[in-house]
Amino acid sequence: MPSITFVHPDGRAQRIDARVGESAMQAATRHDVGGILAECGGNAMCATCHVYVDEGWLARLPAMGDDEDALLDGAAAERRANSRLSCQIKLAADLDGLVLNLPDRQL
Amino acid sequence: MSATSRIDSATPERSAPAGVPQLDVDPFSTEFFEDPHRIHDVLREAGPVVWLEKWSVYGVARHAEVHAVLNDPLTFCSSRGVGLSDFAKEKPWRPQSIILEADPPAHTRTRAVLAQVLSPTAMKQVREHFTALAAAKVDELLVRGSFDAVADLAEAYPLSVFPDAMGLKQEGRENLLPYASLVFNAFGPPNQLRQEAIERSAPHQAYVAAQCQRENLAPGGFGACIHARADAGDITAEEAPLLVRSLLSAGLDTTVNGIGAAMYCLARFPDQLARLRSDPTLARNAFEEAIRFESPVQTFFRTTTREVELAGHRIGEGEKVLMFLGAANRDPRRWENPDRYDVARRTSGHVGFGSGIHMCVGQLLARLEGEVMLAAIARKVASIEISGPVKRRYNNTLRGLESLPITISPA
Repeated sequence: MPSITFVHPDGRAQRIDARVGESAMQAATRHDVGGILAECGGNAMCATCHVYVDEGWLARLPAMGDDEDALLDGAAAERRANSRLSCQIKLAADLDGLVLNLPDRQL
Repeated sequence: MSATSRIDSATPERSAPAGVPQLDVDPFSTEFFEDPHRIHDVLREAGPVVWLEKWSVYGVARHAEVHAVLNDPLTFCSSRGVGLSDFAKEKPWRPQSIILEADPPAHTRTRAVLAQVLSPTAMKQVREHFTALAAAKVDELLVRGSFDAVADLAEAYPLSVFPDAMGLKQEGRENLLPYASLVFNAFGPPNQLRQEAIERSAPHQAYVAAQCQRENLAPGGFGACIHARADAGDITAEEAPLLVRSLLSAGLDTTVNGIGAAMYCLARFPDQLARLRSDPTLARNAFEEAIRFESPVQTFFRTTTREVELAGHRIGEGEKVLMFLGAANRDPRRWENPDRYDVARRTSGHVGFGSGIHMCVGQLLARLEGEVMLAAIARKVASIEISGPVKRRYNNTLRGLESLPITISPA
């Protein structure tokens, strides 16, 4: 079971147990991680599950699709080189230890 | 004649497939429209898949199965129509939609165009204007005090922002709501609601067809943006008007019923209005929760493209499957206290906007309208009281009110 850590804008780290096969967004909503809204429920349509992927992890994640790329341009918080939508990060065992930083806002 | 009566007998009676619970329920009847929740419960508890004798279709009412059907678009297709009518057997009542009633790969291309026209970036551009008009509308209604929350708010506000955002001309806008009502009635069976809507449809169809043309759409609006994508080669010049038509079909009546649902919730549950007033940042979630709670779009059909097993039942090819979105949104297997309207609920995962590749492409626009209206109410309104008889509006697909007389007081 991969464990992932969400870091809130105030620096608080929240570590949760995720299931292989679910998305980082699904794990976050299941554990009620504030800061992940996921309004569209994981359909890559709303850009409210935006995260900044911690250094070192970006290249290990599944590739970004065109939908996600376009949506990130409209995300409420600044888009950075390590921006991803957490609903598009499917969790595998080798992502154990993944660290995702939360933006200051999703809307 | 009641809205429930059968107009024709095109669909031969079939008996329930072995092992599938058979129910004598008509989800397109006045009885159902008046109180869907009791019957939703019956549908959910009968089994994960049911057979609706009246229209010879399968039905799914639990969240898990509704979600599963929505997310397997190659097996449960849309290109044979998302109403009862099977386009493989019957001619569609209007030229088929190239997005709603399409499957991948054709759908992927048209969907990308509307998703971009209605993207988060596009919403940022209209947000300020939509916010100002919502505040002005609430100010105006506070002066009146008593009014009809359907006509004067739930309809008036979207009508004050959406047609302009589309780039429509002033003349003829009175056709928009009747056209949308027709479209959503037409997804239903051949009952009186559907038949009468189609019989009266000619002027509304003519209006919409004309407004979809490029020369009738103001520069900068969503309509013009769609046509611009034809210049870019993403769609053809013939496809552009049909995509404009999709926004005119589904972009107004849906938000009217969404905002109407939110007003009806806040009027019935004063503790939730109080909570919203104490934290106006809950406005967007309060709207989302109203969509879960009332499910303004109640149902859609899919058609099977092959034999498939769903929750242990074998469904043959070419079968219509009716998804009860409203029932899924109150399934106790998925939701805690499903019958409670809770403005702070974590609503992610509801299927009020659908799910998967056909999930409402205008969901961001709907949320924007709902959020800014409820935020204005949260800041400006102290109380909402129902001050007259509440009347339901009957439509084969849309759930909403005909009239909601309320009295509001200023904060």
